[in-house]
Amino acid sequence: MVELLGDTGLSLVYLVAAILFIQGLRDMTHPRTAVRGNLTSAAGMFVAVAATVIAFEILDPAILLAGLVVGGAIGTVLAVKVQMTEMPQLVGFFNGMGGGASALVAGAEVVQLGSANGGAIPAEVGVAAAASGIIGAVTFTGSLVAAGKLHGLVTGSAIRYTGEHVVKAALLAIAVASGLYMIVQPDVLAGVLQGSAVPSFWLLLVAASVLGVTLVISIGGADMPVVIALLNAYSGLAAAGTGFVLGNSALIIAGTLVGAAGMILTVIMCESMNRSLTNVLFGGFGEAGTSDDEVDEIYEGNITETSPTEVEMLLDTASRVVIVPGYGMAVAQAQHAVAELSELLAENDVDVEFGIHPVAGRMPGHMNVLLAEADVPYDRMTELEEVNPTFAQTDVVFVIGANDVVNPLANTDDSSPIAGMPVLNVAEAGTVVVNKRSLSPGFSGIPNPLFAEDNCLMLFGDGQEMAQEVVGEYKESH
Amino acid sequence: MSEYVTYLTFFVLAAFLGYSVITKIPATLHTPLMSGSNAITGITLVGAVVVAGSGETTIATVLGFLAVVMATVNVVGGYLVSHYMLSDFHGGGE
Repeated sequence: MVELLGDTGLSLVYLVAAILFIQGLRDMTHPRTAVRGNLTSAAGMFVAVAATVIAFEILDPAILLAGLVVGGAIGTVLAVKVQMTEMPQLVGFFNGMGGGASALVAGAEVVQLGSANGGAIPAEVGVAAAASGIIGAVTFTGSLVAAGKLHGLVTGSAIRYTGEHVVKAALLAIAVASGLYMIVQPDVLAGVLQGSAVPSFWLLLVAASVLGVTLVISIGGADMPVVIALLNAYSGLAAAGTGFVLGNSALIIAGTLVGAAGMILTVIMCESMNRSLTNVLFGGFGEAGTSDDEVDEIYEGNITETSPTEVEMLLDTASRVVIVPGYGMAVAQAQHAVAELSELLAENDVDVEFGIHPVAGRMPGHMNVLLAEADVPYDRMTELEEVNPTFAQTDVVFVIGANDVVNPLANTDDSSPIAGMPVLNVAEAGTVVVNKRSLSPGFSGIPNPLFAEDNCLMLFGDGQEMAQEVVGEYKESH
Repeated sequence: MSEYVTYLTFFVLAAFLGYSVITKIPATLHTPLMSGSNAITGITLVGAVVVAGSGETTIATVLGFLAVVMATVNVVGGYLVSHYMLSDFHGGGE
């Protein structure tokens, strides 16, 4: 079946593609070279796919072409239409597509081999197909649920029920058992059940798909950065698994690179919340909750409200300002107004920076992307470790739509759900202005004593409206 | 079986390589890296092309076709959104 391009030729082309992927990823680790890196990686993909199409005698080019056109059109439309605020769910959705495709390819190969050999499948292919099928299907449905949560189609809160871990374990057991049966196919039953190797793969896919839903549905919105990163790693592993099924080096190398990238991001996200992966996947966040009485005790009489006019006056006398963005800024689409404010401050010789917590938002680096879209220069975005020591020398901190990532309880209360999580120590600054719509708790479900601090002023209202009003006031007085 | 040992070698080496290439990435680029590396997952498209192409049974062809569509969405969409995001980053020292 190999015609135009020999086996060796194709392997060499895959080697070139692998080099392009690696170089592309390397370039993507610095903002200066990142655009080039992405293009390099895309070139690798083009080379690999084009060579594969040429090398294999395609049974029906029309079908293949139709698939490429349909998929390409869907991908393009989604990518062009997406708002930056919707980026997390779109990346989640694409992720699911990759995982699903891997599971289907493994399934198609099992069907092929099954029909060719009367149901017998080589053990090593069976192992790889089962792994690829399980991981791919979990990635597919898990990513769709995650995207649904981020898009507000599925509830953002964690859905917990008694015995959920038993249900998950049972589903995994069914999937693994189906995979094992497909591989082992005991001789005793040969002839009778051997042919059912293929149906057992479908059972595996169904169980794994349901497992993906149950796994993600029980995780709350605040943990989505971790989930998205983990599913990204899974989709890579699924592709690598498919590579083992098909004996294809390009799939193994590329899939593994993605798996590594996803795992690294997952670990970074977990460290940023001081939580273990098991805790994110199987434990709750904010389950503890706090009674209204306790909340009243913290906030009652200690909250100082402020207005855009007053905030403008504060900014007017400041020489250093740090803006701390959170998911609330994304929801309110306030990034452009905030960016304009930072630009105005910089023009008036104010030292202005954005202090960005690693898990602010719904995807690793979500805030950075939003701010970049609003033309905030890269060097004005500062990471947690860099910005924390500077708060003591900061006159005004403007917290917009962030809550848990500035909660001092993380440092002071060992029993708090967020205990030990690295937070932005904004209270060390001269004045803290917190913009929120209400005093409602963040995703952790706990109150924030910061709001009751003497140097903290609350600016209640929609993030975009408030930021625009502050910008308006600032322009008027300058 | 020996070819599977070779594949396992690829797998292990690629894991180490991926780890060393990606560990030092700044937080700013986490999202584009994720969507870009996500697009690379679409390499499974190569597998889909092989399976859909060699389709000897109807069901394999149907599965292959669906896989081609999904993988292409992943590849095209992933690279495009990464490109849009990355072209928004300014002041990176250019």
